[in-house]
Amino acid sequence: MTVRDSLSVSLTVGAYGVAFGAASVAAGFSVLQSCALSLFTFTGASQFAAVGVVGAGGAAASAIGAATMLGTRNALYGIQMAPLIRATGLRRLAAAHLTIDESTGVALSQAPRGTAAMRLGFWLTGSGVFVFWNIFTLVGALGAKALGNPASWGLDAAVPAAFLGLLWPRLENSYLRWVAAASMVFTLCITSLLPAGLPIIATALVAVVVGWRPREVKQ
Amino acid sequence: MMWVVVTVTSALCFAIKLFGHLVPERWMAHPRLQRINALIPISLLSALVVAQGLVLKTHIAVDHRAVGLLVALAALLARAPFPVVVVSAALTSAIVYHLH
Repeated sequence: MTVRDSLSVSLTVGAYGVAFGAASVAAGFSVLQSCALSLFTFTGASQFAAVGVVGAGGAAASAIGAATMLGTRNALYGIQMAPLIRATGLRRLAAAHLTIDESTGVALSQAPRGTAAMRLGFWLTGSGVFVFWNIFTLVGALGAKALGNPASWGLDAAVPAAFLGLLWPRLENSYLRWVAAASMVFTLCITSLLPAGLPIIATALVAVVVGWRPREVKQ
Repeated sequence: MMWVVVTVTSALCFAIKLFGHLVPERWMAHPRLQRINALIPISLLSALVVAQGLVLKTHIAVDHRAVGLLVALAALLARAPFPVVVVSAALTSAIVYHLH
């Protein structure tokens, strides 16, 4: 069961790599750079953000800033996974690199089957996503390179659509949908005030302001 | 510039992951940090949707991409899987782009 869960998640998520490879090439990265991002950054939303900011005409610092902020949640995952994995040395480095949404999610979902299943779920899903994500990144990047002008094939619309697809499952309740809508309006409002790319990072302020105080739950 | 983005992003994202595996749990237990951290992906992904779909350089531009984005929204509302969302948006946008 753990093996089946891990493999199905790995294949499904890995296939998103096609969208990333295509988005990356459409933003001006080479095939090699796109593959390097998938191999070494290996955290999907951050990779999409880095190429998204560059594609929007943003500076390198803005791209790195947006990607890094999106990557902070992996630290929280690591804190949850470390006591479970108990790896040292090189295995700890490998475990850290494979600490992403999916490996953590599958590991936590295996809790009813015991810690051995959780550990197996983490390693299988992490390495499975790693393999498929990198293969499909190469496929997407080569495909986009062969297609040429991004607008001619709708790749310039595929990128925001992919972001919307990544955002959608996170909008679990009306409160989170409200935060998303406020963030979109905020970005559009400051778009003409800041250099390209910076409005994306500045929108993290919405998360800081909204999350500063505990939410009052009304019944 | 591209290689700077690739290498620095990779180094920082790995450092964040490793940090999580090395620090004691209580360091990140502050509720405010947890709340903000949970909202940051939502704010940034929302910003990326509009910055990529409705903005050209530094001004708002409603063009073929916006039509594609609307189709993506419709596909998501219809519970379509991720590849269908992306491909239908791309196809629609490409058609509108060529009609103009």
